[in-house]
Amino acid sequence: MTQRKTEVFVGLFMIAGFVALLLLALQVSGLSLKPAGDTYTVYADFNDAGGLTERGRVSMAGVSVGRIRDISLNPKTFQARVAIEMDASVNNIPDDSTAVIRTSGLLGAQYIDISVGGSLESLKDGDEFYETQSAMNLERMISNFASGR
Amino acid sequence: MINQIARLGRSGLDIVEALGRSGAFLWRSLAGVPHPRVGFPLLVRQMYSIGVLSLVIIIVSGMFIGMVLGLQGYTILSDYGSEQAIGQMVALTLVRELGPVVTALLFAGRAGSALTAEIGLMKATEQLSSMEMMGVDPLRRVVAPRFWAGFISVPLLAVIFSVVGIWGGMLVAVDWLGVFEGAYWSNMQASVDFSEDVINGAVKSIVFGFVCTWIAVFQGYDCVPTSSGISSATTKTVVYSSLAVLGLDFVLTAVMFGGF
Repeated sequence: MTQRKTEVFVGLFMIAGFVALLLLALQVSGLSLKPAGDTYTVYADFNDAGGLTERGRVSMAGVSVGRIRDISLNPKTFQARVAIEMDASVNNIPDDSTAVIRTSGLLGAQYIDISVGGSLESLKDGDEFYETQSAMNLERMISNFASGR
Repeated sequence: MINQIARLGRSGLDIVEALGRSGAFLWRSLAGVPHPRVGFPLLVRQMYSIGVLSLVIIIVSGMFIGMVLGLQGYTILSDYGSEQAIGQMVALTLVRELGPVVTALLFAGRAGSALTAEIGLMKATEQLSSMEMMGVDPLRRVVAPRFWAGFISVPLLAVIFSVVGIWGGMLVAVDWLGVFEGAYWSNMQASVDFSEDVINGAVKSIVFGFVCTWIAVFQGYDCVPTSSGISSATTKTVVYSSLAVLGLDFVLTAVMFGGF
């Protein structure tokens, strides 16, 4: 084996390693090279954030239109304050729309669904959802049903 | 009674002494960086025998482990009707755990034992001492290139292992068992985080590469220069590397994902 041949093989090996890392980054972890695209932030206050997670999905009519950036407690109202990054291309959501927490499938992850309102004004950066609907809590529902309320 | 206590004490001292020797050995072999024109061809040759020649075993075992994960995951997940989550399961298992760990174990068996035997035989046939006689530092000439080659190769091998495994999992889950391909990838992308999972997995494999190669070259350099000494050094390399990898894996996992 000549030195040159060895060098070529080692070079190919290193290229393969870096290509594999690139694949892990782009294909497996879904990292995108292009800047994340313009977004604007809107807020929604829920009584119960349930199983929402950061980077979770935000959809409208089943189409992803944004993601959850941050979940924190609103110290004034003691509600869960969810910061949502909306894609800038979806810029005409009526400002009386409702943010609803739904579950995909029976056991799947929870996500925020936006049901569209009828107002002519649209939500802008920093606005809040007028109305929200919290996560359905099966345990609470059963206990309410059992105690006859 | 006193004799037994003394024996215990002596073995403790031996362990500490070996640790100290291996630390000094590591420092001396890394401190003297050879001239790039001498060192680089040596490094390349070692990368070939350590890294490139390990590719076959890494790719084949990665493939099979991914396929087994696909099969096992499918049978379990389909009980809950959530076989779409299989991509997520395969990818997280491979990237976080199995990629770095199995690669390091295979590396210790395939390349680490060879390193130990090679250096041990050099010592037994007095090649190392004749190098010293010629004024060539064997630590720089023999040990340093091997150490760096292992240190660089293991993370690359681990990444390749994970990618091949994920592909093997897709082969079983999507092509044979009929999970929807879009769900396989999108679930994976939604749950695997680059800095959280991929980078932490890479950090693990860097640590494992360092430890495995260190153990291998030190055991070779430190062996008793007889044929039985070389064989016991080779055994020790594989045993110590495997134990170190599994123990460190727990510690690293606890630090990275345990929420401490």
